[in-house]
Formats: sequence, C-alpha cells, structure tokens
Amino acid sequence: MPAIIELRQISKHYGSVIGIEHVELSVEDGEFLTLLGPSGCGKSTLLRMIGGFEEPTTGQIILSGQDVTDLPPQKRNVNMMFQDYALFPHMTVGQNIAYGLKMRGIGKVEARQKAEGALDLVSMPDKIDQMPHQMSGGQRQRVALARAIVREPKVLLLDEPLSALDANLREQMQIELKHIHDKLGITFIMVTHDQTEALVMSDRVIVMESGLIAQDGTPEDLYERPATPYVANFIGTTNLLPGQITARNEVGTRVEIGGQSLLTHYEKVPAQDSVQVGTRPEKARFLSGEDAEEDNTLLGCVVECIYHGNSLRTTVRLNDEQNFHVDAMLPMGMARAASPKPGDEVRIAVDPDNILMFEIGS
Amino acid sequence: MAHSRIARHSSKLVLGIPILWIVLFMLVPYGVLLTYSFWLKKYPLFVPAFQFGNYWTLMTDPQYIKVLLRTLKISALVSIASLLLAYPFAYYLVFRLKNPTVRLVLFMAVIAPLWVSYLLRAYVWKTILGTEGILNSFLMSIRLIDEPSGIFLYNQFAMVLTLTYIFIPFMVMPIYTALEKIPRSFSEASADLGMGPIQTFLKVTLPLSLPGVVAGFTMTFCLSFGDFIAPFLVGGPDGQLVANVMASQFGAALNWPLGSALAVVMLFIVLSIISLSDWFEQTGKVEL
Repeated sequence: MPAIIELRQISKHYGSVIGIEHVELSVEDGEFLTLLGPSGCGKSTLLRMIGGFEEPTTGQIILSGQDVTDLPPQKRNVNMMFQDYALFPHMTVGQNIAYGLKMRGIGKVEARQKAEGALDLVSMPDKIDQMPHQMSGGQRQRVALARAIVREPKVLLLDEPLSALDANLREQMQIELKHIHDKLGITFIMVTHDQTEALVMSDRVIVMESGLIAQDGTPEDLYERPATPYVANFIGTTNLLPGQITARNEVGTRVEIGGQSLLTHYEKVPAQDSVQVGTRPEKARFLSGEDAEEDNTLLGCVVECIYHGNSLRTTVRLNDEQNFHVDAMLPMGMARAASPKPGDEVRIAVDPDNILMFEIGS
Repeated sequence: MAHSRIARHSSKLVLGIPILWIVLFMLVPYGVLLTYSFWLKKYPLFVPAFQFGNYWTLMTDPQYIKVLLRTLKISALVSIASLLLAYPFAYYLVFRLKNPTVRLVLFMAVIAPLWVSYLLRAYVWKTILGTEGILNSFLMSIRLIDEPSGIFLYNQFAMVLTLTYIFIPFMVMPIYTALEKIPRSFSEASADLGMGPIQTFLKVTLPLSLPGVVAGFTMTFCLSFGDFIAPFLVGGPDGQLVANVMASQFGAALNWPLGSALAVVMLFIVLSIISLSDWFEQTGKVEL
C-alpha cells in the first residue's frame, strides 16, 4: 500500500524546550492509525502539524507525494474533528456541514444534499435545521464528524474525539467510528490518551513518550510484545520486577528474582545480566496443592484482594518484599470465596511464554 | 418559631435597604422630574400645573431641535470612531498577541485612564490642542506652521476627539470580552474547512463578536449623549450639547420646568437606545 502521509525527521522546539524530536512516520492509505500517549507527549502537536495548525521546527510533511509543510490548513486535503467539536454556534447543523463546501464552488442545493448524505452516514438524519446548542454532546460529536468528512478528505484527523462523552456512549462510538472508517475507506489518524480506545479502534498504534516514538505496532504487538517497560505499563498493567540472568541456553533464559528462579522463552534476551522482568497480571495464576509438579513458580503471601466485578485482582507480597498482581477472571459459578485470602501463603505459576524481559534503563 | 420570625424579619431588612435606596434616590427624583416637566414658569417662581407647553417648546423651537440633532451627531461620530479604533485593537490583543503579559499591560493601558479624574482627562486635550499646546509647538518645531493655530481647539472635532478618548474603554472592554469568548478552535475549524483568514473573520469571528460591538456602541453612545464637560472645555461657541442646555435651565436660565422636560426627553431617548440594543442582543444571542 502506498503511503498517504510521510513525516520526515519532524522536530518541534519551543525555545529550548523540546516538544517533538526526530519523528519519522509513514501512514498507509486507508489505515486507522492512533497516536497514543499521556498528555504532553507530543501526540496532539504531531496531529496539529499534519492539519497545518502548527509548523514543525525542522522536517517535512508529505501528503500523497506533495510537500505540504508550508501550506496553511485551508490548502491541505485533510480535515480535522476537533476535541471541542468547534461547531459554529450561529449556524444550523446544515450550515455547519455545508460551510466547507461553498469554497469548492458547490451550489446551495447540492451542498444541502451532501450535508444530508453526511448526516445519514453518522446516523443523524432530520437534524439538518437544528442549532448546535439544541443538541446533546453525542449528537454534536456526530455533526462534527459529518462536517469533517463531507469534503471527502484524504485523511481525517481526530483529536481526542471521544473524550467529552460518557463511558457508555464512548464505547458505542468507538465501534461506530470504526465502521464509518471501514465504509469511507479513507485514512483516519486519531489522538488519544485512552489505551482501550487505541486497542479497540486502530489498525496500528504509535505510542509516544516525551516527544519520541516509544513503539510502533499493531495493538497485539503492543500488548504481547511491548518494547519497553514504559509501553508495558502504559498499555494495560505489567508486574515489573528487577532480575538477574543466571543461564542462557536453548531451553530458554533463566532469571532470578529475589531468590526465586523463573524460566522464560522470551526471544529478545538482553545482553546485560541485570534485567527487568515483566508479567501481565492476567497471565499468572495461583496453584493449589495438587499442582505440585509445576516448576515456574513464585512464592508469596497475599496482602490485598480488589474486586472488579468480572475479575479479582490479588496483590501478593513476594519473599523479597516486592508486590506482584494476579488477575483472575470470575466466570459463572466461580465464587470469590474460592480465591486466596489476605494472609494466605500462595504459589504463583507463570508460563515461560508469558514472561518478558527488558534491559535496565530502556 | 422565634427563629424563623427572626429569619423572616432579617430577610425583609436585607431587601428593604436597597429597595428604600432605589425608591428614595431613583424613583422619587424621577417622579419629581416628571412632575416639574408639566409645571409653568412664572418668574421668579414655578407654578404647579398639568400642561405640555414645555414639551411643545422643545419640539417647535429650532434652537432645541438643533442642539438635539447636534448631540445625536456627535454621539454617533464618537461611537463610530471608538468602534473603528477599539475593534482592531481588541482583535489584535486577543488573536494576534502571543505574550499574555504584554496583552495584560496593553489592556490595562486602555482601562487605567478610567481611574483618572474625568475632568482631568478632558482637560488634558485642552493642553494638547490649544494654541500653547503640544500639537502646535510640535508643528512649529518641524516648521509646518509659523505661528500657533487655533483650528484644533473649540470645535466639534476637538469634542469628538476628546469624547472618543474618554469613552473608548467602554468600547474596548465588551469587544475584548466577546472576542475572548470565541474558542480558538473556531478559526482553526474554519481554516480546516477551506476558508481564508478574511472569510473566517467575516463568517465566524465578526458575527460572534457582534454582541460586544452592540454593547460597546450603546455605552459610548449613551455616555457621549449625556456628556456636558467636553463641550464646556473643548467645544466652541457652537459646541453646546443637550446636557449643557439642560444644565443652564437649572442654572442661569432658571427654567426648571423646561429643563425637566428636556431631561425626560433625554431619558426617553437613552432608554429607547438601550431597549433597542437589548432586543438586538436577545435576538442575535448565540450560546458559545
């Protein structure tokens, strides 16, 4: 697939403060790409640069083969859905959507038809003559989306599109946005700080950390094979423990954590012996007396149980005073009562395939 | 129940004081004014009566009509001049100026003169525009003129200039507030949808700032309309405004009934303008 957008060596400096540093990124045509990171990581700045609202200090932005680095927003064939929707309050929904069509020399009748078409696409027919302030947040969000896609841009930019919605509506809109993306077939670039949103909606996710790309990969890549402890902890939760490599052979790598030894099959074995060992809480489980033969285990004492409805998070203090979380799903019939209680001595089993290793300082 | 009785009485007291104030110092004086406007003048006394002779005089005597029209003209010129100066200034402060400290300093520079005595601010222009003034000495120093000119002071131009200077903060403040309320994302969205800066201004920024313009226009117009210091200090012999004529009726001319009638007419005009601007604001109201 051809690249619709290429960012070449993009940097943004505010005086001596570095916002973005040497970002290289290529976006495929039709892709749903998400820029994910905490606030201040530079993800919004990157999006606003693609839209033309901010200029990079150095670097180039290529949009379908053309250098658009110095073009103002009105000359770029991309459209943005703003975080606050930015619907013009003195215009009707129809006028808002048709706003960007007048410049294209599209007549009133045709513009209204297109506006109706866009409203149909976002499941909001019959609202064309309403004023924005008469609508709910969710409805306004749909109007903003309709306004952004009515000009048939090559790329749609979404700046935290769902952040202003309540939880239920947000989940529903995640799926709906994905469907609209499939229907339109154009490139979506979304900015969010919500990892669930990124995992659910995107084809590819760029995790950013203080102006740099921390990892670039599919949602599954990020979750199963996080490149750094930062990514491992930003996407979901990871138990990170300091460890020492004691043996490397064809069976796997053996690491010692606070006097207890674990085997891992993780492929990217760090060169140094001092490492950080990561395990997802839901990929560890408690052993009962009968499973005595299991060998990849950690011993500890339960200190806390937190009930999450469909799952239970148990915090275990290992022999070396480190905390280790274990998540257990609570399927039908499985009572909370069957789980270990605070004070219980427990054994935790972790499969060698589910133990990650990171270099110290990565 | 003693407690609630105290509460009831105290709430009466709390409301009572301002109501008493309004009645004593606003409604009663208006009533007195209105009553006087129907009285007759029988030198050296005013005789109670109910007749419209004073209003008839105001409507038929060309002298009063002329002053009224002049006042309307001066007020309109002051408002327009203030608008033309204040809008670009406020726009620059809100949208162009990046440094918040500089913005605050410039904004305060406009507001600060309000803390200086009104009389002093009007008087300043006398020293700038007069024959011994700064303007004349400057023009002489660059040899544009040989001797001091009297054309700058004591005319309607000097009056409009002075009043514009005095009342421009009342134009800047509402426009600044209106512009500041417009989210930055609006102009970005407009550019994103293909509009250039001028179209964005005409279609988004200007319509959304109109309430501020109307409020500013109303204030400067009404304040200029009732002014009587500027004409007194910098207006020439033909520079009298309605307020000066009215003041003289209560002073030298000693015709309180006519002065009262004039005051009632002025009040009526100002209230009409305020209701008009109110109505405009209500109909054009948008929620940001």
